[in-house]
Amino acid sequence: MANLLLEKDEKTGGVDASAYKNVWVFIEHDLGKVSSVSFELLGQGRNLANDLGYQLCGLLLCDSEQTEGFIKEGFAYGAEKVYVMESPLLKTYRTDPFACGATALIQKYKPEIVLIGATTQGRDFAGNVATALGAGLTADCTGLDIDPETKFLRQTRPAFGGSIMAVILDYPQFRPQMATVRPKAFPMPARDDSRKGEVLRDSLPMTEDQVRTKVLDFIRGAEAINLVDAEIIVSGGRGVGNADNFKVIKRLADALRAAVGASRAAVDSGWISYEHQVGQTGRTVRPKIYIAAGISGAIQHQAGMKTSDIIVAINKDPEAPIFKIATYGIIGDLFTVLPLLTEEFKKRLGR
Amino acid sequence: MKIAVCIKQVPETTEVKINPNTNTLVREGVSSITNPFDEYAVEEALLIREKHGGEVHVISMGPPQAIEVLKNALAVGVDKAYLLSDAAFAGADTLATAYTLSKMIEKIGDVDLVICGKQAIDGDTAQVGPGIATRLGISQLTYVSKVREIDAAKKRIVVERFLENGREVVESSLPVVITVIKDINEPRLPSLLGIKKAAKAQIPTLTAKDIGADENKTGLKGSPTWVSKVFSPESRGGGEVLKGELSEVLPLLVEKMMESKFIK
Repeated sequence: MANLLLEKDEKTGGVDASAYKNVWVFIEHDLGKVSSVSFELLGQGRNLANDLGYQLCGLLLCDSEQTEGFIKEGFAYGAEKVYVMESPLLKTYRTDPFACGATALIQKYKPEIVLIGATTQGRDFAGNVATALGAGLTADCTGLDIDPETKFLRQTRPAFGGSIMAVILDYPQFRPQMATVRPKAFPMPARDDSRKGEVLRDSLPMTEDQVRTKVLDFIRGAEAINLVDAEIIVSGGRGVGNADNFKVIKRLADALRAAVGASRAAVDSGWISYEHQVGQTGRTVRPKIYIAAGISGAIQHQAGMKTSDIIVAINKDPEAPIFKIATYGIIGDLFTVLPLLTEEFKKRLGR
Repeated sequence: MKIAVCIKQVPETTEVKINPNTNTLVREGVSSITNPFDEYAVEEALLIREKHGGEVHVISMGPPQAIEVLKNALAVGVDKAYLLSDAAFAGADTLATAYTLSKMIEKIGDVDLVICGKQAIDGDTAQVGPGIATRLGISQLTYVSKVREIDAAKKRIVVERFLENGREVVESSLPVVITVIKDINEPRLPSLLGIKKAAKAQIPTLTAKDIGADENKTGLKGSPTWVSKVFSPESRGGGEVLKGELSEVLPLLVEKMMESKFIK
């Protein structure tokens, strides 16, 4: 801590940290539903608030049709208070009105900690709000706790594609401490619909003509299950060989009600579209079960999937690096193994 | 169209390790590359210039050796490159980095479009693009997978954004900051002539003073966050390879997976 105190005089944030209290969670909604990462953050936010003797609060920006339902869900997952801005401009996410509203609320009520899901929406939003506030923002955290001595928020996150982990702190001249947090990094807390809380309403200091963007259309992904939310993913790599062969992957995925993933090699070969790519230049996923078929498991692929609960690897090459991180490995040809697995699961699951 | 592209030199992340004795990053012998997402940013700028005319300015903040990534950009055909290098920039987190880059973009002046990669593969923050937009007071469009149209006269742009559940088609006023993903294009390779020209190019190095930056907002001084510790991630338990005939191994695997209760 000595270093931190020495450097303090040189820092320029200059806010009075003692004026900042409470833990806020951004209640993100997408396609008319609260995102599950927001509930996970209310769960972990509760632990942080308890450690600090603070209240746990929700930050909700939405339109009037959504407000009551979303507030109730915030209470059910542990918020004691919900700060609300309600406006037709806030029906679906756009950077300008959401960032404007959140910045105004944070400036007014001064939370000490603000947690946001590390989704595309959350990361678009948080980067804007933190800059407007001149606050620290730590991206894509997988661990959060309170330092028992200083009471600072300790933000743990992977860097360099997961090759290392870093613990990030905010200097006390800068508040709030803001973090985006990876979905599924924390467990879903228990829901209790009998809980009640306080609602504080403010109005959005922005009008439609001040919003610089307009959403023209939304093209739903081709897949029923998106990779980030999927509990089970079956992925294919170079070993799949061609686009047509991906049907072997899809059949197992269908039997398991799983999403289909792919390695960079398969996507770059044009066998399957980019929306399926898992890894450093694709999506980061954390399913309960990740089945890697014909994927050697380069570090760049591992960066996107190695925190999955169970990893099953199927590969002809016994030296493939994927076996080093696989919970269960099968050395064999995916074209033999996958159809057999598909049949076996269909039988067991009655599908 | 006046386009500014922000690029970063990053280490080959696969080679980054931690010295277990000192708990610090081992940087010796680690090779450097242009951040892969920034190559898509440069390519998109070139494609837009081909269609709409104009000029492409590329900016990188980093140590003197970051000049290499600017040379790579010049080799594929960007018009101008600038290195921001100064002791006052060292130790910058995303807030200070976005401030510094935005000061350079203001110095270039009259920029219609700023393009960044969606994130750098070393820090993986995805925060600098939105940070630049906020500092410049202009609109932002992140995770762009396609630029559908640009109307320079009306100062409008329409893009597709690649989100978890699909693609959002959105229109914005110009100027705007867009951050791009891998799917947007296929970066060209430099020509021999391009490489020769880039090797000879004089790339200006600018300091905090040169870009009119307040040194209280750059580098370590302007950064709210600091790295208090780095450590190696917990390694997953050594893999269990199920050995034997498939007829025996597969039912065992299915059994183990069913036991996990994750399959419903």
